[in-house]
Amino acid sequence: MGIFETLSFAAPELVLVLGAMALLITGVFIGDKSAKQIGYACVGLLLVAVLLVLFSPTAPTASLFDGAFRIDAFSTFSKVIIYLAAAVAILMSDQYFAGEKLRRFEYPVLIVLAVFGMSLMVSATDLISLYMGIETQSLALYILAAFKRDSRRSTEAGLKYFVLGALSTCLLLYGASLIYGFTGSTSFEEIARIASMEGANVGLIFGLVFLISGLAFKVSAAPFHMWTPDVYEGAPTPVAAFFSAAPKLAGMALFARVLVSSFHGALGDWQPVLAMIAVASMAVGAFSAIPQSNIKRLMAYSSIGHMGYALIGLSAGTAQGVKSVLIYMTIYVAMTIGAFACILMMRRRGGMTENIADLSGLTKTNMPLAIILTVLLFSLAGVPPTAGFFGKWYVFLAAVEAKLVWLAIVGVFASAVSAYYYLRIVWFMWFDEAAEPFERDAGPALKLTAWGSALLMFPVLTIFMGRLTELAGRAAAALF
Amino acid sequence: MIESFAEQPWLSLLTFAPMIGAIFIVISRMMAKKNDDGIIDGPDLEQVERNARMIALAFTVGAFLISLGVFALYDSSLAGFQLVEETAWLGGGISYKLGVDGISILFVLLTTFIMPICILASWDSIKSRVADYMIAFLVLETLMIGVFVSLDLFLFYVFFEGSLIPMFLIIGVWGSKGTKEFAGFTLPSRVYAALKFFLYTLIGSLFLLVAMAWMYAQAGTTDIVALQQVDFPAGAQKWLWLAFFASFAVKMPMWPFHTWLPDAHVQAPTAGSIVLAAILLKMGGYGFLRFSLPMFPLASADFAPFIYALSIIAIIYTSLVALAQEDMKKLIAYSSVAHMGFATMGIFTVTKQGIEGGLFQMLSHGFISGALFLCVGIVYKRMHTREIAAYGGLVHRMPLYAFLFLFFTLANVGLPGTSGFIGEILTLIGAFKVNSWIAFFATFGVILSAAYALRLFREVMYGELVKPALMSITDIDRRELLCLGALMAFTLYLGINPSPALDVFSPSVDLLMENYDAALAAGALR
Repeated sequence: MGIFETLSFAAPELVLVLGAMALLITGVFIGDKSAKQIGYACVGLLLVAVLLVLFSPTAPTASLFDGAFRIDAFSTFSKVIIYLAAAVAILMSDQYFAGEKLRRFEYPVLIVLAVFGMSLMVSATDLISLYMGIETQSLALYILAAFKRDSRRSTEAGLKYFVLGALSTCLLLYGASLIYGFTGSTSFEEIARIASMEGANVGLIFGLVFLISGLAFKVSAAPFHMWTPDVYEGAPTPVAAFFSAAPKLAGMALFARVLVSSFHGALGDWQPVLAMIAVASMAVGAFSAIPQSNIKRLMAYSSIGHMGYALIGLSAGTAQGVKSVLIYMTIYVAMTIGAFACILMMRRRGGMTENIADLSGLTKTNMPLAIILTVLLFSLAGVPPTAGFFGKWYVFLAAVEAKLVWLAIVGVFASAVSAYYYLRIVWFMWFDEAAEPFERDAGPALKLTAWGSALLMFPVLTIFMGRLTELAGRAAAALF
Repeated sequence: MIESFAEQPWLSLLTFAPMIGAIFIVISRMMAKKNDDGIIDGPDLEQVERNARMIALAFTVGAFLISLGVFALYDSSLAGFQLVEETAWLGGGISYKLGVDGISILFVLLTTFIMPICILASWDSIKSRVADYMIAFLVLETLMIGVFVSLDLFLFYVFFEGSLIPMFLIIGVWGSKGTKEFAGFTLPSRVYAALKFFLYTLIGSLFLLVAMAWMYAQAGTTDIVALQQVDFPAGAQKWLWLAFFASFAVKMPMWPFHTWLPDAHVQAPTAGSIVLAAILLKMGGYGFLRFSLPMFPLASADFAPFIYALSIIAIIYTSLVALAQEDMKKLIAYSSVAHMGFATMGIFTVTKQGIEGGLFQMLSHGFISGALFLCVGIVYKRMHTREIAAYGGLVHRMPLYAFLFLFFTLANVGLPGTSGFIGEILTLIGAFKVNSWIAFFATFGVILSAAYALRLFREVMYGELVKPALMSITDIDRRELLCLGALMAFTLYLGINPSPALDVFSPSVDLLMENYDAALAAGALR
């Protein structure tokens, strides 16, 4: 394959990275007054990338750069969701940063660079490209966490994320080197061949467990979740919104690709590990969120729990399981972005409020916001007929089909416990006396995001769920 | 011409008609003028509320008329599912499929009949957030009809669970005042009741979810008709049966899973209690008949003694508990548990009288308990208390009310000539056929129900009217009379002439028993 043909396959990534560079230079010359325009330009870049991914002129499946980078239905599906989530995250952030007098042109550019890293992650089929993708993403995310640099909480969040992130990268690298040592290759394909040939080689499993630990950190699965609540709470809210959506999907997609395409032969060895991580995440997500009074911390624990449910699907290790992970993550990304859009609308006297108690009596003061949040909370809790329920159904179904009925039962218990804290917010909004109303100055980007997300959860996805399962099924089949 | 008329998606129309009404109320809310804070108030609010009441009434009555049309199209001499419609939904054997048979059609009618009464009962007793209230009830109606017409287990689950959301809001927002100490902190008791209702029912249903996933993994479909043909292995049937039981026993509710019910009933507004008692509880019994018996016949036969035991405990124990209640609604709530005990007992005898009696009992309990909760609501609206001790001698001020209350009290006891009698006698006959001891113990329930119901009536109605607060209480108005009169007409009609209902049940019940016996015979051979 010639270099130009190869590069044409990687067109979305090239557009993102070159566009980001160009915008960075532009920003340096014009300064922060161009921040808004650069933001729109970044959204434009992401949308162009979506179009390039969707209307790729070539065959749906291709392997580039000596098998380090792969384009298939799986990567296409994940990339479209990641790009869209990132675009929405940029649009949502503008009003917040304008209010905080923190509008800087680096913000959207960093998001695009992080997205470039995620793009590499979901297409990586080699340990080296995997590492490159993760690091590109993480470096951008570290800076984003500390973006409000004059705030002690934000810098603390960035530092905490960086130190722990570096540690997890070490684990990951150590695992990767062990895997390389025992297989003699960094290519997933080659590793898969050797793993299935030699079966459970202890050294290989050792490496795999380290790799899993590193990846679990990236998707904030317990017991590698400690950073999540602090980073969510400390980072500026739009950053937390971005953190909770696209990187999670990218991490989970990478997780799926590594485990399924290179270690499918060792399913019996990693299945219990993943199942335990899933159980731990669900338990942490269910129980630790209960006493929270800060809604961002609550969302952090909630996202830990949600990663647990997605990992149930992954630990099934089947095509059905990967499909359920994709469905779950898509729905999760859509609802969590909507929930953060609502959090961004919780403004009083020019400042943000993050207390759950501030939502008291919201139905009496701001019915539209209350309705949106109610739909999203029921969806997060997984109560039908909202889309969140369908996500859970597919995950549990995958577990049951893979003879992991116990895991599904643990999952339903965790979701019953976690229903309590979502219901508690609904209770505040609907049953309690009205608190001081929020300001009604939310811009169209926030309103559209919140409404779009809520309407997607019910009734759009409820009706058109068949379409999503079909696409996810096709994407999952590409890994097998 | 006639066929194409019958082939229209009538059931979808029926199911979603109330939802359309809810959308109209939302639109009328959105169109209303808002003040600077984005709140509707003053005369605009009154206009919105008037519109909401009228729209809700129009659409619930409309749904009732559509359901009558559906009943006219339904051929009650056939056993299978009719008016079936199917559309692709999730793919892979999970579709949007609706249909009715002899077991479900009358529950659909019950739902659509009770709902206009609920709207009328809340006409002027609900004073705050009327539009939201009506929306919640219309959405709830759609979900309840959906439960009874779903022919796909997955779709059934969506409706079944979905009905928790509006009910949760109804109890929590429009529930009564008062606080409760729980786990060291104080919270409004309506919130406690709403959460308990939601979480209790949710946990029960989640077992059903896992069982459903397992069945889908085995059969590759959640189509109810197809699943009824699947022969699940006897060992698996036990677990599946227990999972379904967890869900339906909580919903029904059966002793000892009933503790959410008194809380929910006491706290819910009057119409919420009516819906809860008249329709939501019936979903449990319906579930047993639709899923447990036909899909897991071997397990059902094995667990039947267990059900009998729970039913008899429910009948006797909760009747005794009802005797000790100080709160009118709580008393009726416990009596509901006891009456549902008759229904479960009848259903699991798997005799024709038993099942039809169980169905009839549920239907008649829908009218009677609905009417009793309405009766309590009538005096609650006037006096703002449900304490039995706060009343006494009402008959002097409210003769018409006293008459109607007496009628429904006696119907609740099972007086011959009312529908309550038919349900109890049929389930008892069914029980006698299986084991006379069961019937013997269950009969105590009839005696005890007379004890607590007549005590309630005596203490509220008779005696001297000495309490000053009661001196100016007024008798029921025309709207209340209309509601109670309609319920009374059905109770009386079905009590004197039960055959129209029994004839509708009959072919489907026959088919159910035929398949059940065949499955048991096949199971015995294995």
